[in-house]
Amino acid sequence: MTKPYTIIIGLEVHVQLLTRTKLFCRCSTKFGAPPNTQTCQVCIGMPGTLPVMNREAFKLALKTAVALNCEIADFTKWDRKQYYYPDLPKGYQISQYDLPFSHDGWLEIGDPKDRFERKKIGIIRAHLEEDAGKSMHDEVAGQADSRIDLNRAGTPLLEIVSQPDMRSALEAKAYLSELKLLLTYLGVSDCNMQEGSLRVDANINLHVDTPEGKVATPIVEVKNMNSFRAVERAMEYEAGRHYQVWQQTHQRLGDVPKQTRGWDDVANVTRGQRHKEESSDYRYFPDPDLVPVCVSEAQISEARKSLGELPAALRTRLENTHGIKPYDSDVLVSAGRGLVDYFVELAELSGDGKLASNWVQQDVMRTLNEQKIEIDQFRLQPTQLCELLKAIQDGQIDTGRAREVFIEMVASGKSAGEVMEAQGIEKVDESELVELCQELIAANPKIVADIRSGKQQAAGNLIGQAKKKNPNVNPGRLREIVLDLVGKM
Amino acid sequence: MSLVRLSATELLAQLTAGQITSVHLTEAYLGQIKRHDPQVKAFLRVDTQRALDRAAEIDKRRREGRPLGRLAGLPVAIKDLLCTQGEPTTCASRILENFKPPYDATVIARLKAADAVLIGKTNMDEFAMGGSTENSAFQKTANPWDLERIPGGSSGGSAACVAAGMAPMSVGSDTGGSIRQPAGLCGVTGLKPTYGRVSRYGLVAFASSLDQIGPLARTAEDTALLLEVLAGHDPLDSTSVDLPVPKYSATVKQPLKNLRLGLVREHFGEGLDGEVEAAVRQAVAVYESLGATIKDISLPHGKYGVATYYIIAPCEASSNLARYDGVHYGHRTDEKKMAAAIAAQRSTLEAAGKHVEAEALDNPLVRMYRQSRAEGFGPEVKRRIMLGTYALSAGYYDAYYLKALKVRRLIRRDYDQAFGQVDLIAGPVTATTAFKLGEKVDDPLAMYLVDLYTVSANLAGIGGIAFPCGFSEGGLPIGLQLQAPPFEEERLLRAACMFQRATDWHQRWPSMVPA
Repeated sequence: MTKPYTIIIGLEVHVQLLTRTKLFCRCSTKFGAPPNTQTCQVCIGMPGTLPVMNREAFKLALKTAVALNCEIADFTKWDRKQYYYPDLPKGYQISQYDLPFSHDGWLEIGDPKDRFERKKIGIIRAHLEEDAGKSMHDEVAGQADSRIDLNRAGTPLLEIVSQPDMRSALEAKAYLSELKLLLTYLGVSDCNMQEGSLRVDANINLHVDTPEGKVATPIVEVKNMNSFRAVERAMEYEAGRHYQVWQQTHQRLGDVPKQTRGWDDVANVTRGQRHKEESSDYRYFPDPDLVPVCVSEAQISEARKSLGELPAALRTRLENTHGIKPYDSDVLVSAGRGLVDYFVELAELSGDGKLASNWVQQDVMRTLNEQKIEIDQFRLQPTQLCELLKAIQDGQIDTGRAREVFIEMVASGKSAGEVMEAQGIEKVDESELVELCQELIAANPKIVADIRSGKQQAAGNLIGQAKKKNPNVNPGRLREIVLDLVGKM
Repeated sequence: MSLVRLSATELLAQLTAGQITSVHLTEAYLGQIKRHDPQVKAFLRVDTQRALDRAAEIDKRRREGRPLGRLAGLPVAIKDLLCTQGEPTTCASRILENFKPPYDATVIARLKAADAVLIGKTNMDEFAMGGSTENSAFQKTANPWDLERIPGGSSGGSAACVAAGMAPMSVGSDTGGSIRQPAGLCGVTGLKPTYGRVSRYGLVAFASSLDQIGPLARTAEDTALLLEVLAGHDPLDSTSVDLPVPKYSATVKQPLKNLRLGLVREHFGEGLDGEVEAAVRQAVAVYESLGATIKDISLPHGKYGVATYYIIAPCEASSNLARYDGVHYGHRTDEKKMAAAIAAQRSTLEAAGKHVEAEALDNPLVRMYRQSRAEGFGPEVKRRIMLGTYALSAGYYDAYYLKALKVRRLIRRDYDQAFGQVDLIAGPVTATTAFKLGEKVDDPLAMYLVDLYTVSANLAGIGGIAFPCGFSEGGLPIGLQLQAPPFEEERLLRAACMFQRATDWHQRWPSMVPA
């Protein structure tokens, strides 16, 4: 169903970088410490203190920007963004304003289910800044008690601002998933939304079809979305709400000030946040306590070298080298580099990418999920699993029984051969199979008649009987023989 | 001769030789403080017991022949904007009246490592904003040469205590002239180093791109000694420069040969007091007699110095002082009274049917910010916060701040060109001698003009030194200022020393200092 409008979405993503220490002091960035235990005179903004840039944070930021195909500025500086809030101890946040260290990049997104065409989402800029502290408001019994935790104050944040290039909630979600995957592969952030190491704000409006052409509706900023799924739902909700508002008011972009709305994850709606009386003026100016940063070509090429194989390239390699479908390469790559490496080894050993992909995606990933472990803790090495796959390829065992063997291998740590032997699994001779089929055909004239009258599924009964007689028979092959013999009657 | 009249260099020699003890010396200065500081009011706090304990400990180490620091046993006074761990650091402001930093400024750590005896914290203009020390929230310091006059500022306490024989040396800070101007008005030697020469870590910021810590003392030789301890790269200050620190005290007595001295044409115009001009020209003649050649030079953009300074400094100050919001430390307004006041205002408005106005009342957080800052800051600080906030606001930034940065570059370029022709620039420190307390308090613009000859060095980031070169008929000191290219502190000190070896202006004392 075509809607009478186009959805326009741009995303602002804040990512905490995985540095050991904060952006401008040596305090730990570790999550979860008791409040205000990871602070010093610098990050709590004591008089006389000065910031000193964490080079590691800049390195990680540079690596990310290069991976996002951004242009890197050879000269960048720090600016103060000034506003009053109790969790901002200096009264300003050190950020980057008019000369961010990187700009004009892109990230390609696609949908494995082909619900939208592959496209490049533009990146306007990525810049570094320090995080603020956390305010906790406790209004129990009207006490209106607010507490401030400054452990987070000064943690390095990378702000990645996209172009308004996304045209659906699905694309927005795909962009976020791809971005998160990229950041994870780069090892620059743990992207944990629950712990706040990845935060998303969205800007959305519509281009509505009218007799006079497309008309842009006012842009709304949506905050407080705590999962990718929440972003998707919030965008869907907002698009619908915008269209309703348009139909009622015909307000265009510029007619009203930009509105900020918060997503309510329980009620599944966005709510208008209290309107600020005047638009905020952050009075940005260059921070005189920090020296500008000059980035050399050597640093950029070093960053480029440190990237490793990125998700997009990895997917293509898996498809081309191992013959798997985009859907499968997407599942594997999204599951992380460790699992991809496992798959590649298994595919190479077994010589069958598709089979390896099926086993990794279904059985291996299910086991990891059940046991809540990572692939490096998984009991079976690719060589061990490959032994089982070989047995399938040789027709020694059918997939159903192989699953049972797999489960036993995981449980006991025994090899495929050992488990199969213990379970008495061995390949049944072709002549033996034919003999068995002839026997069954002779003993079940009614079923044979059914098959002959076209009810092929009736063969299932014979296969069931065969399995009772000899559990090692390959049901697929058995079926072929039965149908063949009946056909010749 | 009274101990307090000896130079730090002589005192150090006597300490090293075992002729005097640090306790004895410290007691001499504490005695002078006790007798005369009630009138001079140079100190905000005198750390009598701690200083004596420290002196005794150093004496003991000396007796035992253990290694000692560069300034072992010498009392040093500290401007009250340098953070001293666990000790009040007020910046002469109500907002930091009860503030005790949890750390030492880098220069304090260096002084402690050099075994200096920190004798007390000196008065200043609140947050270093002013040129007379009258902007202190706590007391007004008097000029030891005339107790009815100002000592200059903002490091007025640091200059006055050295002039009054209450400390042989002191540490100040200079953002637009705050070391040189009071040194000139009090008749002592004060040096503002090149920006980046001394770490600013732990200096409570006024204007970060202009602030620089420096020494005040009796002589160029003593100044060299103290600078040697203060200067050097600090990994905690990104703007401190990683250049080796010359042995200033080893070279300070070597005269400069073939010195080319520049006189800035624009410095000898309207507004310069006749007595000051005569003394400065006399000093230049002394240099000539010592073999210097004099050259007439121009700093054409210098006339924009004060205007440029009063954009840049308040802009940075408005930002640097945002942290004093009553949330984490420093003064916070009485919250109970505040809540009661809001409630009373609300009910009055409601009773009058003014519901919109009642709704628009500050929320408690905003009221707390407003009131804490209103109570904590003095009028000059508020004035500069407003100036800076205005100049950085959307729509004004380009016309004020950005333009000021451009002029600043032109001022630096003037200096670079001038230093192509001369080794040092000589001129007055101030247009007049010390004025009377209260004389300019109602005229902020007149007060801003006291920085006329000093601000350009801060804007250009270069070093300058001030030292006495004469006295007015009324018996007030007149200062000479020398300015040098970046990181040529050694040249400044040698030139000042050369002058002091040929003259005795620096050896004069106000009457309160015993002979």
